[in-house]
Amino acid sequence: MIDILIKNLPIIVVLCPLMMSLFVVLIPNIFFSWALTTLSTFLTFLFSILLYQEIQIHSHISYALGKWIPPIGIEYIIDKVAIIPIIIISGISFLATIFAYKIMPEEIEKKSISKVYSLWLLAIAGLLGLVTTGDAFNLFVFLEISSLASVALVAMGAHKDKQALVAAYNYLIIGAVGATLYVIGVGLLYGLTGTLNMADLTNRIADLNNNRALIAGFGFMIVGIMVKAAVFPLHIWLPRAYAYAPSAVSVLLAATATKASLYIIARILFSIFENSENLINNTLLFVILPLSLLAMFAGTIMAIYEKDIKRLLAHSSVAQIGYITLAFAIGTKASIAAGFIHMFNHAIIKGGLFIAITSIGFYIKRRVTINNLSGLGREMPITFFCFVLCSLSLAGLPLTAGFISKLYLIKASISSDGIWLAILILISSALSVVYLWKIIEVMWMREGKKIVKKENPTIYISLIIITFLNIYFGLDASLVVNGSFDAADRLIGDLK
Amino acid sequence: MISSTIGIWNYWIVFCLMMIGLFLVIGRKNFLKKIVGLAIFQTSVFLLYITFGKIKGGTPPILNESIDTIYSNPLPHVLILTAIVVGVATTALGLSLVLRINSEYGSIEEDDVSAQDLVDYHDDIETGKNFDLKFKK
Repeated sequence: MIDILIKNLPIIVVLCPLMMSLFVVLIPNIFFSWALTTLSTFLTFLFSILLYQEIQIHSHISYALGKWIPPIGIEYIIDKVAIIPIIIISGISFLATIFAYKIMPEEIEKKSISKVYSLWLLAIAGLLGLVTTGDAFNLFVFLEISSLASVALVAMGAHKDKQALVAAYNYLIIGAVGATLYVIGVGLLYGLTGTLNMADLTNRIADLNNNRALIAGFGFMIVGIMVKAAVFPLHIWLPRAYAYAPSAVSVLLAATATKASLYIIARILFSIFENSENLINNTLLFVILPLSLLAMFAGTIMAIYEKDIKRLLAHSSVAQIGYITLAFAIGTKASIAAGFIHMFNHAIIKGGLFIAITSIGFYIKRRVTINNLSGLGREMPITFFCFVLCSLSLAGLPLTAGFISKLYLIKASISSDGIWLAILILISSALSVVYLWKIIEVMWMREGKKIVKKENPTIYISLIIITFLNIYFGLDASLVVNGSFDAADRLIGDLK
Repeated sequence: MISSTIGIWNYWIVFCLMMIGLFLVIGRKNFLKKIVGLAIFQTSVFLLYITFGKIKGGTPPILNESIDTIYSNPLPHVLILTAIVVGVATTALGLSLVLRINSEYGSIEEDDVSAQDLVDYHDDIETGKNFDLKFKK
C-alpha cells in the first residue's frame, strides 16, 4: 500500500487538490467545505514532504503518466529543483487555507463559498502540476488551469469592491495572451524537433545552434512565461489583481502564483536550452538583466508612492521578482542558488505581510490604506508585531530570512565581478525600508480611534507560524541554502 | 519567389490572423471586442499547429497495407483539441466577466470604466467615504 503511494507520489501531489475540488463544490456548509479544503491542502503538504524525502534518496524521479513511456507519453519529473516550488506552494496554500476560515465568509456571499474553495483547490492543483510536469504542452494546460481558476478567484472580490471585476478581466486577457505566446513557442519547437518532452527537447535542439525557428520559439516561450511571472514591463496585471481579490486569495496568489512561473523560467533558461549557450547568455545579459534592474527600482518607487497597502505590497512583489530574475541573469551556480533561496524566502515574507494586512482589513472593515492604519499598532499587538518582523525580513535585516537571501545574492554578484550590481541591490533594499517605515510609523506613532475588539486566534495562528518561519530560516538557513545549491547544481551542472 | 510565397500561404494566413487578433486585444477599448480579438489570436495558433501536422500527399494515420504510404502527423490535432477546450474556457470566463462589468458599471468601454474607478480610488484614499458602503452590501 505504502509502496504504491510512494511510487505514484508525483501524480498524487497534483491529483489530491484536483480531485478534492470536485467534492468541495458539492458541500453547501461553510465549515465542512473549509474543513475538506484544509484536509486536502494538508494532505498535499504531507505528500510533498514525503516527496522531499524521496528526492533526498533518489535525487531524480521520472514518472510515466499512465505507464506510457516517455518521450512518447507525458512524463512527470521531480528533481531537486522542482521540489523547492512544490514545498513552497503546498506549504503556503495550507497556511492560507487555515487563515481563510474567518476571512472568507466576511467578503464573499455565503452561498458561493464552497465554489470559491473549489476554485482555490483548482488553482493550487494547476500550480503544482505546472512545476511537476516534464512535458511542454502539458505545462500549458496546467498554466491555464491555474490562471483561469485564479482569475475567477480574483473576480469573487466583486462582492466587496466592483473594481475586482476589471482587475480580473485584465488578468485574464494579459494572462491568456501570455499563455498563447507560450503555445506558439512550443509549436515552433515541436515543428522543429517533433517532440514535446522537455528532456528529449534538450537533446534534439543541441546541434541547432543558430536555427531561426529555434530562436523564435525560445523568444515566444520565455516572453509568454514572463507575462505569467510578472517580470517588470509585463507586470501590469499584478497590482490590481492582488489588491482587489478577496483577502485570502491575495495571500495565496501573492505567495505562490508567480513562484511557479519563475521556476519555469529557470527551467527554460538553464535546462531546456542548456545546449544553446550563445542564445541563453545573450538573453540573460541583454534582456533579463536590464529588466530585473528596472523591476527592482520601478517596483520599489511605485510602492513608495502608493497609499493602498495591498497595492503597495503588490508593487513590492514586482521588485522582489526582479531580485529573483536578477539572480538568474547573473547565471553562475551561486547566483541561481541565491535566486531559489529568495524565491522561498519571498514566499514566506509576502505571505506573512499579506496575512497581516488582510487581517487588519478584517478588523477595521474597510480598505486598508495608509490613513486607516493610524494608531492600530497598540490595539492589535500580535498582528502588528508579526507585521513588523516580516517587514524587517523584507528589508533584509540580519536574523531574518530576508537577510539570508540578500546575503547570498550580494555574495554571488560580487564573485561574478558585478560589484556595481551589489551596490544597486543594496540601494534598492535601502529604498524598500522607506515604504515599510512609512507603514510602521503610521501604525505606532500616530493617535487613532479605537475600533478593534480582540484579535481572533484562528486568524493570527497562521500569521504566527509564518513569522516564526521567517525568524527560523534567518537563524538556521541550512535547509533552504543546501536545497537551493543542490537545485542550482542540478540545473547548470558542472558547466560554470 | 512567388511560388515559395504561395507555397506557404497557410503561414501567411496564420500570420495575418495572429496580427489582427493581437491588434484587437491591444488596440480596442471595448472589453467585448478584446475578447473577440483574443479568440482570433488563439484560433491563429490552432491553424499554425494544424499546418505543422500536414505533409504533402499525406493520408490520415490509419494503418495501411502498402509500405510507402505517407502519414500526416496526428499529434498536433490532438494538442489543438486540448487548446480549443482551453480557449473556449477562457472566452466563456471573459464573456461572463464582461457581463458582470456591464451590470456593475453600466458600460463596457475601458475609458468609462476606468474613469469611474479613478473617482472611486481617490474617494477611497482621501476621504474614505465609500468604504463602509462598499465593504458590506
